[in-house]
Amino acid sequence: MLHIKCPHCGMRSQNEFSYGGDATVKRPELNKEVSDQDWDNFVYNRKSLRGKHKELWQHISGCRQWIKVERDTATHEIFKTVKANEDI
Amino acid sequence: MQKYSIFNLIKNAFSGHQNWDLAWKDATPKKEYDVVIIGGGGHGLATAYYLAKEHNITNVAIIEKGWLGGGNMGRNTTIIRSNYMYDDNAMFSEFGMDLWRKMSQDLNYNVMFSPRGIINLAHSDAQMNIFTRRGNSMRLNGIDAVLLNREEVKEIIPMADFSDNVRFPIFGGLMQPSAGTARHDAVAWGYARQADSMGVDIIQNCEVTGFDVVSGKIQGVRTSRGDIKVKKIGLCVAGSTNSLAEKLNMTLPVETHLLQACVSEPVKPVLDRVVTFGAGHFYISQSDKGEMVMGGDLDGYNSYAQRGNLPTLQHVLTEGIAMMPFLSKLKMLRTWGGIMDMSMDGSPIIDKTHIEGLYLNCGWCYGGFKATPASGWTFAHTIAQDRVHKLNAGYSLNRFNTGHLLDEKGLGTKTWIS
Repeated sequence: MLHIKCPHCGMRSQNEFSYGGDATVKRPELNKEVSDQDWDNFVYNRKSLRGKHKELWQHISGCRQWIKVERDTATHEIFKTVKANEDI
Repeated sequence: MQKYSIFNLIKNAFSGHQNWDLAWKDATPKKEYDVVIIGGGGHGLATAYYLAKEHNITNVAIIEKGWLGGGNMGRNTTIIRSNYMYDDNAMFSEFGMDLWRKMSQDLNYNVMFSPRGIINLAHSDAQMNIFTRRGNSMRLNGIDAVLLNREEVKEIIPMADFSDNVRFPIFGGLMQPSAGTARHDAVAWGYARQADSMGVDIIQNCEVTGFDVVSGKIQGVRTSRGDIKVKKIGLCVAGSTNSLAEKLNMTLPVETHLLQACVSEPVKPVLDRVVTFGAGHFYISQSDKGEMVMGGDLDGYNSYAQRGNLPTLQHVLTEGIAMMPFLSKLKMLRTWGGIMDMSMDGSPIIDKTHIEGLYLNCGWCYGGFKATPASGWTFAHTIAQDRVHKLNAGYSLNRFNTGHLLDEKGLGTKTWIS
């Protein structure tokens, strides 16, 4: 069982959260020319690294806020959690 | 190579079974090969076997970081099926069904293929409509499919919950009678033994540390047991695909996720089919040893851990008990996890890459085991001929760029959502 510290609510069990994927993926800027490659990188291509991974979670059964989590994908250790609008 | 037969069995019985040949040798890496397959799982072993058998390419090495068949080949729930609706998936997996049927004879190794049939349960009229459509599509592609109503399902699996007050009543199901199970380890061992006998080197405990790529062409592979010169490399590493892609500066439409499975204590024969729950993600069959073999959802977050967490297991088994209440009486014997290469449309990739001499086989999601022979056969063709076969033409890497996705389940790019 993962224990995730929601920056709004404190330490909660994994059951209250829903996973949102890689937090480093950036949507190409609006109103600018977007190459196919940029769009593919946004929609499909993922590094999915072994080790430290920055990812989005939503505290869906709690405050319903999106948060950012830095977690090790090999050991599941969680290093840091921040609000969605903060840098991790 | 020593042939396995009743006569050899009797002959060896007289010497107390002490004189059987080793099934394959423990090879040390040579300096140069024609083809190197990375990954000694089912797909890698099958690829090497078909390279030797169909294309006469025998100067081949399989490089495996751990031990042979120790990844998802040893962690799956052994289900074999071809109940797909889309043409590309249907033709590919039905080709595989044919290889499964002949496999024990072909490999001279009993893989215990048991075509016991798979039933996908439906729990609403809408789901029955969808299954009717899928069944018709399958039949048009020459795959057997039978639509069952509630009574017919009850006849086959009376132990499922047919009471009146259940949350997800069973309306019927779609059955593929020719689907089934096989002994997963035997498949790996059978391919390994035959590949070895034709000259393939199986090199275990050998980790790939890097690649030699010169002006866009593969020149060699660096390993923990020395550098190897090679012009063609096939990548067959399932959940480790992203790690090796990183060494090649490639970013792929694949994420690595964790999938758990479990078996109960062995019980007397009760279930002679593979059954899947239609209102969630749960599948079950009974092994020859009597254990109930069960699996379901991914843990749902990127992971290389090869071991899972309890919330998902609890969720999956709750579905199981909803479908077959007697499961609640069973004790759990083992649970384990494997790491899946989840592609962004739920379908695999078997293709060439932008690097000349580098071939990619990944993205198997939940369905890698059943694809073992067809994947090996088409991947061997792709490597040997340097072009894809029509059977794996739909599994191209650039479909994510052109938009020709094979989104069989309609999950979009978040295939890990449960």
